[in-house]
Amino acid sequence: MSLGDAGDGLRVRPYAITGGRTRAATEVPIEAIVYRTPKGEKAVSSMSLERRQILSILASPQSAAEISARLRLPLGVARVVLGDLVDEGFVALNTRSASGRPDLRLLERVLDGLQAL
Amino acid sequence: MASKPSDMVVSPDEATSGGPMPVKIVVAGGFAVGKTTFIGSISEIEPLTTEAALTKVSEGVDDTSKVATKTSTTVAMDFGRITLGDDLILYLFGTPGQDRFWFMWDELVRGAIGAVVLIDTRRLEECFPAVDYFEENQIPFVVGMNCFDGQATHSPDDVREALAVSPDTPVLLIDARERVSTRDTLLELVQHALVRATA
Ligand SMILES: Nc1nc2c(ncn2[C@@H]2O[C@H](COP(=O)(O)OP(=O)(O)OP(=O)(O)O)[C@@H](O)[C@H]2O)c(=O)[nH]1
Ligand SMILES: [Mg+2]
Repeated sequence: MSLGDAGDGLRVRPYAITGGRTRAATEVPIEAIVYRTPKGEKAVSSMSLERRQILSILASPQSAAEISARLRLPLGVARVVLGDLVDEGFVALNTRSASGRPDLRLLERVLDGLQAL
Repeated sequence: MASKPSDMVVSPDEATSGGPMPVKIVVAGGFAVGKTTFIGSISEIEPLTTEAALTKVSEGVDDTSKVATKTSTTVAMDFGRITLGDDLILYLFGTPGQDRFWFMWDELVRGAIGAVVLIDTRRLEECFPAVDYFEENQIPFVVGMNCFDGQATHSPDDVREALAVSPDTPVLLIDARERVSTRDTLLELVQHALVRATA
């Protein structure tokens, strides 16, 4: 990866957090809603800075995109750290994007929800 | 909202007890066409920005060297959130429509309800790459004509013809600053996706 390009110097340090990895074993879709497991709740204070920040804002479950934006972590970095946290059992995901387009029932719920706005 | 562990996994489209299930809609379009305004008009949070730093390998740019070069591109993506109930959250992701960003769209549209393509009729060609992409990948989409001067200079039919999209593609006159207009545009998309899913 040329994440350390001169024109883009900011990219170097964020990926240091992940040990240079740009992928985790577990893929975290951008909209996946991340929540803490009981193990994650207990572990907050003993974690490294980035992990602690992530677990702290997960006091309310939220999407990978929101975590990335609120902690000003590039999306790719946030997803690697989150993928690791999933693998280690500190957080879990609600996501459906791997199961293809939403089915009729789900689309109808979205329709009802929007109509009620 | 308290986070509770899930004690069972229901169907993939049912929320577990760990929190709501997310769904998403992509908002695409050319430069300054109103994507962020559209998202902000309906989002319950101030639109947030996430930076996707991506590396693309391009080969043979320089004929004499035949060396693959890697370039790093940063794409700022705006997004907003609409809670549609205890167990359902709709995310809107705004993404630049230029074709040099295609490499990230595959992931963005995976599992999405569909897309809203925003256009400015004075610069119609800027939406061509997005329209091509959604058609090729069979992603349901609607076209929103953002009327910057407050009045439509073209009819939806003109635009449908100029874009050469199928006659059933909804083309709507919108005002991205208006919450109701944005909500109606999203409703139109979901309805269109429903029709496509039943077909
Ligand atoms: N008159 C009018 N102005 C609009 C409308 N929608 C957006 N604008 C204005 O157009 C400008 C660009 O809107 P943005 O929402 O930032 O557009 P964008 O597509 O997010 O722009 P980029 O992310 O820079 O590509 C802003 O100054 C908006 O206030 C509209 O429906 N009518
Ligand atoms: Mg914008």
